[in-house]
Amino acid sequence: MASVKLNNIKKRFGDVDVLHGIDLDIKDGEFVVLIGESGCGKSTLLRLLSGLEDITEGDLYIDDERVNGRSPAKRGIAMVFQSYALYPHMNVFKNMAFGLKISGKDKAFVNNKVIEAAKKLKIDHLLERLPRELSGGQRQRVAIGRAIVRDPKVFLFDEPLSNLDASLRVQTRVELGKLHQELKATVVYVTHDQVEAMTLGDKIVVMNKGRVEQVGAPLDLYHHPKTQFVAGFIGSPKMNFLAAKVSHPDPENTQLVLESGRVIHASVDTSSLNKGDIVQLGLRPEHMALNCDSNIVTGKVTLVEHLGELSYLYVDIDQEGELVLKVDGDNQHQAGDLITFGIQANHLYLFDHQGKALTRVNAHTSAAIPL
Amino acid sequence: MKLFSRLMPSSGMRQVPKSVTVHAVLLAYTVIALFPIIVVVINAFKERRAIFRDPLGLPDSDSFTLMGFEQVLLRSDFGLYSWNSLVVTILAVGLVLLLGAMAAWALTEYKFKGNLLITFLFAMGIMIPIRLGTVSILSLMVSLDLVNTLTALVLVYIAQGLPLAVYILSEFVRTIPKELTEAARCDSVSEYKIFFCIILPLLKPAMATVAVFTMIPIWNDLWFPLILAPGEETRTITLGVQQFVGQYVTDWNSVLSALTLAIVPVLILYTIFSRQLIRGLTSGAVK
Repeated sequence: MASVKLNNIKKRFGDVDVLHGIDLDIKDGEFVVLIGESGCGKSTLLRLLSGLEDITEGDLYIDDERVNGRSPAKRGIAMVFQSYALYPHMNVFKNMAFGLKISGKDKAFVNNKVIEAAKKLKIDHLLERLPRELSGGQRQRVAIGRAIVRDPKVFLFDEPLSNLDASLRVQTRVELGKLHQELKATVVYVTHDQVEAMTLGDKIVVMNKGRVEQVGAPLDLYHHPKTQFVAGFIGSPKMNFLAAKVSHPDPENTQLVLESGRVIHASVDTSSLNKGDIVQLGLRPEHMALNCDSNIVTGKVTLVEHLGELSYLYVDIDQEGELVLKVDGDNQHQAGDLITFGIQANHLYLFDHQGKALTRVNAHTSAAIPL
Repeated sequence: MKLFSRLMPSSGMRQVPKSVTVHAVLLAYTVIALFPIIVVVINAFKERRAIFRDPLGLPDSDSFTLMGFEQVLLRSDFGLYSWNSLVVTILAVGLVLLLGAMAAWALTEYKFKGNLLITFLFAMGIMIPIRLGTVSILSLMVSLDLVNTLTALVLVYIAQGLPLAVYILSEFVRTIPKELTEAARCDSVSEYKIFFCIILPLLKPAMATVAVFTMIPIWNDLWFPLILAPGEETRTITLGVQQFVGQYVTDWNSVLSALTLAIVPVLILYTIFSRQLIRGLTSGAVK
């Protein structure tokens, strides 16, 4: 196991800058999730870590050793690919043993390693099968097993769950979490699924257009997004955004006017702004409540999605756009209903015209208020 | 029933006429392709007079004879000729496959200076028939002192077969997912081992195709053996048969018998390769 340190890492493909200087510290045994939209450079960053792609500029340290230009093997990493990349003509055992055999380990050692890993992953009854005779989930385990047997310093996962169906994905996610606790390994995990990121990561790195947008613990990112991008990315359903004008800048109690003329109070420090500045108001679906009496808004329900324990209401508000509300599953509202709801001032987020978050005062960081 | 449904995958009644047409065309082609071979084989077992009287008739008790075979097997060096042909074909095909796969892998996997130029040269090799260079090949072989050796033939056939082999195999190499080689690199497998342990086994079906393409023209070739290796010791089958074709009289019994015998080894090789070919096609079909 090892720590990883990235120092101003840059990557250029021809004339195209893909990564614009990434700094990151990964502690020994930490589970770090790289998340971002497709094309943001998260997979490229993982490939730079693995050594499959050359670093254009910057320094990469694994265990305080500079490893730029070293081959993947010499870095002591193991990678699990989205497509599993199992050798199709070798059975499960050979797939897992291949790397060890090549490096000249003796047979008994290889056997023990493979069987131990197979037992851990509950694939010890499949060792004789060929990859094409396995289900998606089983292939995934073999791919992970192939990584485990090598005792790597760092595990790299490239969207390992995206080829699985929904229920299997949840199950495998849980197992991955348990496996990490058991192995206490350093893991770098790429995904575009924010649920995977929130549930698995000790630390989440949100990337946008080749830059690190914010690094932090899952709940940190959820409660204190530094930018509008992060706020929109973390949380499901997405945070709602409305354009608003600052009518009364204040270090504690800001007054805003929506396009329709509705007045909203937010516990956000806007002392740096001027009257009339345009800001983006961020509202989490789970923070808007039907029985809340501050910042009251009225709107028309256009669609209801029932998920059982909760429902999503899509509400159309005159001139403002559509909001998504997370309400109790027993809620009886139907499409076409007019509803009134409110949101507490300390649940609101504000982002300036550059998308930077403004400091919240008395920020409510506990879970959603009772529905 | 199972066979029926397999012949007609989506066995709706609408599919039947289409299927019949397809099979009729394929059958017609098979008949046309097999006809000359069958004529050769049946006439090999007939007396000379019977061959001319009724070329398409089957041998009967009157006309049946093994004279041609006796002539070929006992009174000529047929064994030597077959051996020469076999050695040349197997060596040439084997080396074409190995070098072709290596070149295809290198040209598709690695970026290096001159990559495009080499690809272009191979493409030229497909377009320009090697026989145009016969004169310079001959003078080259003379100066290398390789005339009347099998090595000369093997070298020429490698040059002849390589361009198409590289072209076809490159296409297949491209279909192998990149992650496989990357996974192997993470597994600390050397580039040579990646090629021999991972790429080569996956190329098997493609290589069978290439083997068939390459093998048949080499086996059947008369041109280069005649020019580069006409000596008694290095004659191949096709050249050996020519001794029965005289300027005034042709010993048709022997010619046809020799040709019949010449079909056998190539048929065996084809069977071996085609089994690989079919296995390759079906293994890809099942996910």
